[in-house]
Amino acid sequence: MDFLNFLQQLINGLSLGSVYALIAIGYTMVYGIIKLINFAHGDIYMVGAFIGFYSVTLLKLSFIPTLILAMAGSAVLGVIIEKVAYKPLRNSPRITLLITAIGISLLLENGFRFIFGPNPKPFPEVLPAKIIYLGPIRIGLIQIIMFTVSMVLVLALQFIVYKTKVGKAMRAASFDTETAQLMGINTNNTISFTFALGSALAGAAGVLVGIAYPRIDPYMGIMPGLKAFVAAVLGGIGVIPGALAGGLMMGTLETFTKAYISTKLSDAIAFSILIIVLIIRPAGLLGKKTNEKV
Amino acid sequence: MGGIKKGLNKKSIITALILILVYIILYYMIKTRVINPYKSQILIIIGINIILAASLNLILGFTGQLTLGHAGFMSIGGYTAAMMTLKFHLPFAAALLAGGLFAALISYLFGLPILRLKGDYLAISTLGFGEIIRVIIVNLDFIGGPRGLAGIPKKTTFTWVYVITVLTVIIIYNLIKSTYGRAMISVREDEIASEAMGINTTKYKIIAFVIGGFFAGIAGGLYAHLIMFLDPKTFGFLKSMDILIYVVFGGMGSISGSILSASILTYLPEVLRSFSDLRMIIYSILIIVLMLFRPEGLMGSKELSLNTFRKLSNTGSLKRGGKK
Amino acid sequence: MKTKKLLSFITAAALLITSVTGCSSKTSSEDVKEIKIGAMLPLTGDIATFGQSAKNALELLTEQVNKEGGIDGKTVKFVYQDDENKPASSANVTQKLINDEKVVALVGSIGSTCSIADGPIATENKIPMVTPTSTNPKVTTEGGEYVFRACFIDPFQGTVLAKFASEDLKATTAAILYDVANDYSKGLAEYFKANFEKAGGKVVAYETYNTGDQDFNAQLTKIKSLNPQVLLIPDYYQTVGIIAKQARTAGITATFLGGDGWDSPELFTIGGDAVNKGYFSNHYSPDDKAKEVQDFISAYKAKYNTTPDALAALSYDAGKILLDAIDKADSLDGVKIIEALKATNGTFVSGSVTYDKDRNPVKGAVIIKTENGKQVFEKKVNP
Repeated sequence: MDFLNFLQQLINGLSLGSVYALIAIGYTMVYGIIKLINFAHGDIYMVGAFIGFYSVTLLKLSFIPTLILAMAGSAVLGVIIEKVAYKPLRNSPRITLLITAIGISLLLENGFRFIFGPNPKPFPEVLPAKIIYLGPIRIGLIQIIMFTVSMVLVLALQFIVYKTKVGKAMRAASFDTETAQLMGINTNNTISFTFALGSALAGAAGVLVGIAYPRIDPYMGIMPGLKAFVAAVLGGIGVIPGALAGGLMMGTLETFTKAYISTKLSDAIAFSILIIVLIIRPAGLLGKKTNEKV
Repeated sequence: MGGIKKGLNKKSIITALILILVYIILYYMIKTRVINPYKSQILIIIGINIILAASLNLILGFTGQLTLGHAGFMSIGGYTAAMMTLKFHLPFAAALLAGGLFAALISYLFGLPILRLKGDYLAISTLGFGEIIRVIIVNLDFIGGPRGLAGIPKKTTFTWVYVITVLTVIIIYNLIKSTYGRAMISVREDEIASEAMGINTTKYKIIAFVIGGFFAGIAGGLYAHLIMFLDPKTFGFLKSMDILIYVVFGGMGSISGSILSASILTYLPEVLRSFSDLRMIIYSILIIVLMLFRPEGLMGSKELSLNTFRKLSNTGSLKRGGKK
Repeated sequence: MKTKKLLSFITAAALLITSVTGCSSKTSSEDVKEIKIGAMLPLTGDIATFGQSAKNALELLTEQVNKEGGIDGKTVKFVYQDDENKPASSANVTQKLINDEKVVALVGSIGSTCSIADGPIATENKIPMVTPTSTNPKVTTEGGEYVFRACFIDPFQGTVLAKFASEDLKATTAAILYDVANDYSKGLAEYFKANFEKAGGKVVAYETYNTGDQDFNAQLTKIKSLNPQVLLIPDYYQTVGIIAKQARTAGITATFLGGDGWDSPELFTIGGDAVNKGYFSNHYSPDDKAKEVQDFISAYKAKYNTTPDALAALSYDAGKILLDAIDKADSLDGVKIIEALKATNGTFVSGSVTYDKDRNPVKGAVIIKTENGKQVFEKKVNP
């Protein structure tokens, strides 16, 4: 009985983790290329959820079109933010950039609260809430879809990054932006493209979450955003497979904490992990150690 | 040497006189209810926010360390002070001091391992720390847990806040003008270079962090004995953002900037209460615009002083404390 | 030059000071033609529908009372302020209502955490305050002499639920899943547990979550393996809906129980079929045939085209209790009003009300069943 319980909790953890993974990948991509923690990333996830919500309720779209629309919308938003707020400050001190990112995050949260109201909105049922049984283990159909979509998107991303020219440009720019530029790569476009991809993934996560946990509100991005960031750091910031691993680990860790230790402390434990990792091994699990050159 | 000393004394006396005059005027206006209790509460909150902004400015503006968990220290100080009053019946000053000291202790313990981190990582860690504090408080039933701590006697008066705010500003201002302050500023400007020059950057970061935490704790104690009730949700990430906004808006590196912005940004929402929804949107746009076009905020790193008036008029006056 | 700058600085300071002092107060009690009552309510925020219901009810009451000529010839006026269900805001607007708007009494707030913060301010200023819906006992014990309430308190609600579970549902095992950061949820959970165990039942799981959490699968999987007969979900409707849904998906077949936080039509929108066949304790039921209830319902329906929820009923009662006391006291003096409040003895929409020594009303509760997306009256429980 206990082993089955453990398995069930593992499944819970993995499906939760796949959401964190999707968001974490966006963080890690942006950090890899312009060394910025995009505080607003969690809010782009929220915007994705809202776009999904209105696609379903107003435009009456089904699952796949909703997903695509949300991803596209989030991508556009990400690029706009980058062009308007981050690009002009590329040579400014880091604190300025960080504070700007915080400003964008607050703007998105409060703007959406103002336009759409602070009350959470119930996401209508887009996918049937069927349950699949593997013996006594229950897996929700939605959980499977969430996990599958995440995996598919990650694979697609890996393909783009390693098998396309744009991906090569991304890798080059994240390694050494100036040299990449000297070699003829249009770093501005590459950076915009990176933002677009990362934001699209966050938007997808938003829709998936909206469907699985049908309650969305303007502040829903704060906590998942923070936890996803912890995941990215845990896996190794700047390393895409690391974000995936980190996300899944965070989800499982959080679930197991709630199941076996204490639900009250799960948030605190998540942040403690962050601090411990940063102190002991800032490069994360899969990251490379870099030395700061003077 | 002697000439500067004379200048110092004269300036200090004038400043002291102005401060006392302002106090007397405001005190009597409150006593006679020309300023009603609701408005005087706003004045008190302005004082508390000035203390918060100045203490954060010490860490962020002068030492260049972005910390996003400042509200955590405020809550530590607030809860400690409240418990001292409620359970041990300590006099107000002692309770406040206990709050500040405990907050300072936690800053120290937390700062030791954390302040080695740089920039973004430090910011996120402090954010996490603020959240951890909130979770711990929610789980401690003996200080009220999620219900909060109620029944705190109202001991914060205008006089207390005025005196403590003035003291805080004086202490922080003098700290900055001292060798400690110069070391902190060098850490902000170029940490690697100052390390190379033999300055123990970690030591000064910790000093700034601890002192900042101390005053945040004091502010928390004042707050607790004003609202008479502490709710752990008040001191979350959003409150830390509020304080950050004060500092950024006033100018990172300017104490008078912090005083001005804390006053304006506390008072304005009360006046514009009907537009409270819009307020946060305006603030966020303000932050972004500010960072894009005037990252130095209202006052940059300059201070508002009597010399400012003199500077604008004469040519041959002593330029004191001018930053670049 | 110097004088000019100094002069402008002094002018600016003077402007600031004058704006702070603002418009001074004028009122003497004779030329008061209206009775101003403040209402601090969560008109926005996580329980906005509650605040809105409360406002609707008070506006209905205002209309009715003023149509009959007001109280002693004076018109009644409610001044509404939004406290967003945040205690710091609530304390602030309470101060504002008392000192800026110069109200003579207060109705509010909805959430217990807010009312706990507001009470001491009301007492300090000798302004009577009646909270319609705050059920946490601390509201009156910490609030002071001037704080009353119109609803029962959580210990009573917990007892009622526990009794219903063990006697009516014949349950011997129960699980509880509550919000550790919400004192309403936590309080109800504690009182239910204590009383259920006293009645011989066993609480097999006592799990928690944080406000705003979306994923409860970890806790629910744990609960499922322990197979309880009932699951208590003492939270507000939005969270209850989600938990119920996830619980059913996790395979939990227990009957769901809850408190007055369930009372909203949105419970069904969010929870769907998962929230049906559950029971919750509430302050009143629209199916109650008593005259006060039916009169209130028809008036409310006529004005707002919807059946009033318990929030509306209680707010209506709170307002009425207060106005009745002001009428009886024949004065706007706080001291006299609270004397009249203490002597309250009448029948209101949510039942009969008399006050005990803690200024809590002695009154009954109802159990409501959720069926097919609607609320169905189950039974009445008296103290």
